Amino acid sequence: MEKFQKFTGIVAPMDRANVDTDAIIPKQYLKSIKRTGFGPNLFDDWRYLDSGEPGLDNKERRVNPAFVLNKTPYKYAQILLARENFGCGSSREHAVWALADFGFKVVIAPSFADIFFNNSFKSGLLPIVLSVAVVDQLFLELAEHEDYQLSIDLERQIVSNSAGMEVPFEVDAFRKHCLLNGLDDIGLTLQHADQIKAFEQQYYQQSPWLA
Amino acid sequence: MAALTLYDKVWQQHVVRQDDYGTALLYIDRHLVHEVTSPQAFEGLLMNQRPLWRKQSILAVPDHNVPTTARNLGITDPVAKLQVDTLDQNCASFGLTEFKMDDRRQGIVHVIGPEQGATLPGMTVVCGDSHTSTHGAFAALAFGIGTSEVEHVMATQCLIQKKSKNMRVTIDGAVGQGITGKDIVLAIIGKIGTAGGNGYAIEFGGEAIRNLSMEGRMTVCNMAIEAGARAGMIGCDQTTIDYVNGRPFAPQQKDWDSAVAYWKTLHTDEGARFDREVVIAADSIEPQVTWGTSPEMVASVNAAIPDPGAEQNRQKSESVQKALDYMGLQANRAINSVYLDKVFIGSCTNSRIEDLRAAAAIARGRHVAQNIKLALVVPGSGLVKQQAEKEGLDQIFLQAGFEWREPGCSMCLAMNADRLESGERCASTSNRNFEGRQGQGGRTHLVSPAMAAAAAVCGHFTDVRTLELLN
Repeated sequence: MEKFQKFTGIVAPMDRANVDTDAIIPKQYLKSIKRTGFGPNLFDDWRYLDSGEPGLDNKERRVNPAFVLNKTPYKYAQILLARENFGCGSSREHAVWALADFGFKVVIAPSFADIFFNNSFKSGLLPIVLSVAVVDQLFLELAEHEDYQLSIDLERQIVSNSAGMEVPFEVDAFRKHCLLNGLDDIGLTLQHADQIKAFEQQYYQQSPWLA
Repeated sequence: MAALTLYDKVWQQHVVRQDDYGTALLYIDRHLVHEVTSPQAFEGLLMNQRPLWRKQSILAVPDHNVPTTARNLGITDPVAKLQVDTLDQNCASFGLTEFKMDDRRQGIVHVIGPEQGATLPGMTVVCGDSHTSTHGAFAALAFGIGTSEVEHVMATQCLIQKKSKNMRVTIDGAVGQGITGKDIVLAIIGKIGTAGGNGYAIEFGGEAIRNLSMEGRMTVCNMAIEAGARAGMIGCDQTTIDYVNGRPFAPQQKDWDSAVAYWKTLHTDEGARFDREVVIAADSIEPQVTWGTSPEMVASVNAAIPDPGAEQNRQKSESVQKALDYMGLQANRAINSVYLDKVFIGSCTNSRIEDLRAAAAIARGRHVAQNIKLALVVPGSGLVKQQAEKEGLDQIFLQAGFEWREPGCSMCLAMNADRLESGERCASTSNRNFEGRQGQGGRTHLVSPAMAAAAAVCGHFTDVRTLELLN
């Protein structure tokens, strides 16, 4: 995984609550056995006027001009500003892969669904929880400035804008460490292989019916 | 000793280590695998030349993509076929137990786990599918994971986890006649909302929950995720133990007694503290029907569609309006006046034998209404199908004009050929009424199996309690 570095990026608004993973990446694209190539089908049902299937050339499809990510400058957005319970529904990590593949590095929302939140870190997408009041404020500012940008500093845990606003955010220390250093979870866990084996020995002695 | 919740107990039992960040390494007993969320995980293992930690913890089955029509014809969609073939190949090369598409034990992963006794009380159970919460009905800690975590469990038998908070939802008293697990859980979601359980493991309790069969309890825990909680749980009792007894993967004679002795401790201690408690009066629960595009948009079948104008909060009002626009419904219309195009009885929520019996009891002696283009019954597994056929339920459905299909996820998420066309309205026993879930532009109303059967024979939503059982 790439190291997560400080950056400044365009913010795209997704002004609805409970955006589910079926909306983020519809089921027909889950038939892929790859981790890549989901970006063109991110929010497929909202983004195109015709219905999509895997294998179709997305460049040939009818784009919905009213959908936010089809507009300039949001086509180039790296930060998605969303509402409550973003990423609810299915556990499909394809939703995270699609957002990352599109170019998003950060999603800001007042709350996230647990599985989506967890999945995000695995592909270097940082979910940032900010209060409802701050998110409301960001939506207002975004509405006034089309090319609204935010800077994300994970090291300092600060979201800032060019007007000097600085908002701190919380992030789990372990996940922060992994993101900043681009570390692979599995490699880290395997450093404790002896401890896992010791656990197993005791565990299966105590619960022989599981052995 | 401190009083513990059921979740605390199962959690503690599985902590391998706790690191400096307060994150735990949690040991996983059972890993259920299906074709959609596993190929990239197997690929990751191969790419990094990592062995699989504990083969026997895995039970694999194709379910999302499989056709529900004649199995001997195979899968015609080449993309879906490649995914199922990939699962078969991975299971063969890693030496894993898999119930292939032509195995009569094949079925929806959350149906076959319990059916085989592969889900046991006190286990940690994971699967790359959010409805893994289903297995919590067995006093197991069961939750859905993403593909990276699937790979992590395969390689290490563990997951890096933060402990959730504890919530208890008590259904106080007994529910009325004709009220099912599905109605209970929809009523819970209606009350706490789809984000209500975010960050929590929910324990379901109270007389109405204890009175449920294991099938009913699985339906309730299945939809814990729709209330935002990764895990739903129910304490172990005699109903649990009786269900597990004698199943193929369950402990045999020599270990049975010690297992049962342990399982009997798997309930919340008197005086244990919950971070949040919710109590719902059982007798307030009526047959539920969702009217919108989120499971929290739910009401009694005897209620009216809500009016966005009556909603004070601007955002909520807009979201109700958006949902009604998508669903093609007007505010204040009586729910039981809403006509349907299709009916789907199936999914990991409601495709077990008890669900099929409940639907068949309504279908018996009646016929699917003329306006219903398709009424599908998709059993949860080959063994459920076999049992239903033994009881003659297939004949009741067929005579009533339903289609009787092969097991799989089917129209719950419409990855295979079973789906809604744009604008079609469906009464479905599944778990999600999101936009496009059952097919682009499709309109889903979530209900119990008996309510779905009632909708099929009446053509519109009907309070199932008003229908007589015919012979």
